Amino acid sequence: MNLLDLIRDPSQIGPWFYQTMLGWGLQPWLADLIGDIIGVLVIVLMVINSAIFLIWLERKVAARLQDRVGPNRAGPYGLLQTLADVVKLLTKEDITPDGADRVSYNLAPALMVMQIVMVAAIIPVASGVVGANLSVGLLYFVAMSGIASIGALMAGWASNNKYALLGGFRVVAQLMSYEIPLAFSLLAAVIWSGTMATNTLAVKQGEMLFGFLPGWNLFVMPFAALIFFIATLAEGERAPFDLLEAESEIVAGPNIEYSGMKFAWFYLQFFINSLLLSAIFATVFLGGWQGPFVDRFPILGLLYFTAKAMLVLFGLMWVRATYPRLRIDQMMTFCWKVLVPATLVVVLISAIGVKFTPDRSLNAVIISAANLVALFVTLGILGRTLRRQVETRKADLQAKIAARA
Amino acid sequence: MEITFFHVIFLVVAAFTLVCALGVVLSRNLFHASIWLIGAFAGVAILYWTMEAEYLAIAQIMVYIGAIATLIVFSIMLSRGMMLGRAPMNNFQSGISAVVAVLLFGILALVLLQINWPVVQQAITSDQIAQLGEALVSTYVVPFQTIAVLLSVALIGAIMIAREH
Amino acid sequence: MTPVIPLSWYLLLAAALFSIGLYGALARRNAIGVLMGIELILNAVNINLVAFNRYIVPQQVSGQIFAIFVLAIAAAEAAVGLALIIAIYRSRATVNLDEIDLLKG
Repeated sequence: MNLLDLIRDPSQIGPWFYQTMLGWGLQPWLADLIGDIIGVLVIVLMVINSAIFLIWLERKVAARLQDRVGPNRAGPYGLLQTLADVVKLLTKEDITPDGADRVSYNLAPALMVMQIVMVAAIIPVASGVVGANLSVGLLYFVAMSGIASIGALMAGWASNNKYALLGGFRVVAQLMSYEIPLAFSLLAAVIWSGTMATNTLAVKQGEMLFGFLPGWNLFVMPFAALIFFIATLAEGERAPFDLLEAESEIVAGPNIEYSGMKFAWFYLQFFINSLLLSAIFATVFLGGWQGPFVDRFPILGLLYFTAKAMLVLFGLMWVRATYPRLRIDQMMTFCWKVLVPATLVVVLISAIGVKFTPDRSLNAVIISAANLVALFVTLGILGRTLRRQVETRKADLQAKIAARA
Repeated sequence: MEITFFHVIFLVVAAFTLVCALGVVLSRNLFHASIWLIGAFAGVAILYWTMEAEYLAIAQIMVYIGAIATLIVFSIMLSRGMMLGRAPMNNFQSGISAVVAVLLFGILALVLLQINWPVVQQAITSDQIAQLGEALVSTYVVPFQTIAVLLSVALIGAIMIAREH
Repeated sequence: MTPVIPLSWYLLLAAALFSIGLYGALARRNAIGVLMGIELILNAVNINLVAFNRYIVPQQVSGQIFAIFVLAIAAAEAAVGLALIIAIYRSRATVNLDEIDLLKG
């Protein structure tokens, strides 16, 4: 096998390397172990180092959207700004507050980064190029985000600071509530595709509907995709759902007492979390690495996948830079009274639609239409309720003004 | 018996799980006990993985770590006063409990080492996820529905009990 | 792949975990500590269920199904138990089981 073949189809690198190691006379279990360790190192380093670029991107995009310049001093276009920040954070004093619970105080940032790096294992970046194509891939993703709430709770408690503790409580309330729409919108896609394995999901979306329409889940179930996007904003702790930070209310959330590199780990987790959530969105709803000519040149999948994930990430940044923060009760109400019932409807649509007629393309159209109907009904109900609330409040205010006059 | 790589992994994970479990019952600080508990849950999840029960391993992380451990940590924090007292963590029957626990382990170990289990040495060839899904809605549909009702009842009951009046 | 680890290792581990959990449930004064011991016991039972499933009927999933039921019941039990503990803490300002003796008179 020559080098060009490996570049054309990167999924062959792993088996090729394994065979080479066997050729060197290594035991199979040792070759397995070495291959696994190299794979883990590649994923971890890629993910953590991508944050250097992501932080710059986030600041630059937010600045442009808000008509500012953004970082422009360190390096061309301010590209080296993050490195400068890292140096600054490294030289800062490492503070442990009085009365802090030392073990959990030091364990919490590690736990936060660990869970997010573990999610990276199931992202297929090109055809067959995935850390582990687990049969329970998407469930694994949801389970890992459950660990994040433990990490934040530990940080909040161990800091011995009431704002940090309040932040920790908020993290649990928010992440646990929004995990339901997150998991259920994924469930709708899983029912339709018949698999939870991420790479297989991407493969399944390669089938053409009626022979010419790409079978991306975004087209099949637009409402589920929208719900997942909103839940992503909340799971990624982004505005308008960044109640966990909420500088103006609880100062900075569970990481308030952390300084130096330990704070940087929380920061890192935030940015990697956004990247991986966009990657999951791209994999589940945008067809992952699917695109023209992928079957002949699988390496193109890397390009398509990156482009899709970056597009979603840009959407997340756009929302963050545009919308103000919600109040915590509004956020919880929105989750439990709007998103959760809506996702139940979406799951029901998928479950019925997948077996509605024997023709899969026709089923896709039916699910898509039902999704759009559900979307407009939800928007209609939401709009009416909100308008009624606004009118009631307006009438109240006018009555008060009249009483004073 | 030849000791392989898998045996080493099993022994490491088993030792980790047991140390965490001991931490749960021996730790003086309740919050630390809950962190040890998370470790023990994670160890058990890896043990499921070594038995190729991937779904159960992930469900273990999701339900035990993501929900039950969070709930336990949460309630420790909500009743903050319980951690400030310097009273001993164990009650008067801790000595006899230890004796009972050790005796129980001894008897169980004796018994289960003597039984000749009808072990079938076989690789798993079927799609376990699909099998689980089908079993839940065919053979085990009644217990499955009962569990669903139980969970709703528990949810409503927990809210009713914990609500402030 | 065929399993290389003997079944008895898993059973021994589960027995040890069960005994540790039992000690925790019996010896802790604190209600939450008792609950944690019970969670360990349930985990030990689940290990047994999955191990028997894997080693005795590897092509079926009945043991795993029961483990899932135990998981669900453990979740319900934790929710109700912790709600009770919080309610007791509100009214008695303690969760030590020796001091919750209202019925003794």
